[in-house]
Amino acid sequence: MSESLRRLTLPLDREALKELRAGDACLLTGPMYTLRDAGHIRLLAELEEQGKLPYDLAGQTIFYAGPTPPCAGRPFGAIGPTTASRMDFAAPALYRAGIVATLGKGRRSREVKQACVETGSVYFASVGGAAALLAKCIDTSEVISYDELGTEALRKITVVDFPVFVGVDCYGDDVYDL
Amino acid sequence: MYSIDPNLLGDVVYQAIPTLACVLPDDVWASLKHAAETETSARGQLVLDQLLENADIAKADRVPICQDTGSVWVCLEIGSDVCITGDVFSQVNNAVAAAYTEAALRKSIVRDALFDRTNTTDNTPAFCEIHTLPEPGVARVHIMLKGGGSDNASRVVMLTPGAGRAAVIEEVLSCVREKAPNACPPLIVGVGVGATFDKVAGLAKQALMRPLDEVAPDEQTAAFEAELKAAINALGIGPAGLSGDMTAFDVRVKTAPCHIAALPVAINMGCSAMRRATIDLMPLLVAAEQGGDHE
Repeated sequence: MSESLRRLTLPLDREALKELRAGDACLLTGPMYTLRDAGHIRLLAELEEQGKLPYDLAGQTIFYAGPTPPCAGRPFGAIGPTTASRMDFAAPALYRAGIVATLGKGRRSREVKQACVETGSVYFASVGGAAALLAKCIDTSEVISYDELGTEALRKITVVDFPVFVGVDCYGDDVYDL
Repeated sequence: MYSIDPNLLGDVVYQAIPTLACVLPDDVWASLKHAAETETSARGQLVLDQLLENADIAKADRVPICQDTGSVWVCLEIGSDVCITGDVFSQVNNAVAAAYTEAALRKSIVRDALFDRTNTTDNTPAFCEIHTLPEPGVARVHIMLKGGGSDNASRVVMLTPGAGRAAVIEEVLSCVREKAPNACPPLIVGVGVGATFDKVAGLAKQALMRPLDEVAPDEQTAAFEAELKAAINALGIGPAGLSGDMTAFDVRVKTAPCHIAALPVAINMGCSAMRRATIDLMPLLVAAEQGGDHE
């Protein structure tokens, strides 16, 4: 399996996404942003108000995650994907505004898949419950906004060889249907 | 009569939480290991290898197994010769706040589900309950750190008696088909059947407490669990929902009496990081009593 791992550099290049197919195992390296439930309500409101993505999020990847505090000399003791479908209410608008990829666990709605096809974007799935392992792939973290939300704040993190599967590819195919 | 000091219960909860958050229970680890040795799907195998390595890292580095370190459930069971005075749970929230802060666990509780979704910042309140049992010599506490994703994948449904056993099986399978990928498989599927609308969910949750290496107390339940497990694993959903043989480590069923009109069913999903422990308080109560004699 390891020889079939694809290494991808963040921020992602939409042209490169065309080569990805649902089910591909990949390793991500570079910056991405953590955001989950409460943060999505805020970000969506700011997007509607400003007419564009704030915090230089255009072209970036959003990781649906709420980490634990720093531990064992790492930025987080544990960090892993939360259920992506809870962010389905916001994802199509965020993809259309310029988000290139999202990362979580579980199935997405038809609307999210349509947005992936329409914008040439993808959804990655990683393994829920592998959060101590995934925390070792985090190099740095800084809070960008919504600090008062605690674990739900918007954070910019940099990851190294972070293991994911392509969940929904830019053709709308879904790993959970394979 | 033995008596439970709220401070003793608080201490037990405080001691238990960091270990539960960081060390996968032996029975769950053994099931994970067995799954990794037998899984035939390549993607499923990759997932199980990650989960095993994850458990090893969490234990060795004393970091949480999962970033969702859960809501805290404390369920006290006491027998006929154990008494409590006043609010036996009065020290539990202090214990939870201290444990979650000191062990750097995630604080995942908001003040009110509807009217005030600000974080309480110390993972309180815990969700506590007490059950009395007719026999003497029993004092134990069940503690579970319950993840949000697996709890969200759970359900309660009121079936009709005429629909019977087949409908219970179909309800469990439909819940697994729809929700399993969100609940972090391999799962432990807790199933409650009976009692009333409010109590059946509790049965499903209590069912999750029985260790994976312990068979059901009666043959009917054991057979029903085996049938459900085989049907669930035949779905092919697999580890992390990414396809494979091992969707559920096992199924845990707890049944109860109910109304002639009713067939209440609850399914409480337990994730692959099933963080729970049952702690026998009797030795502590006996020691406290003997300590008291010396004074």
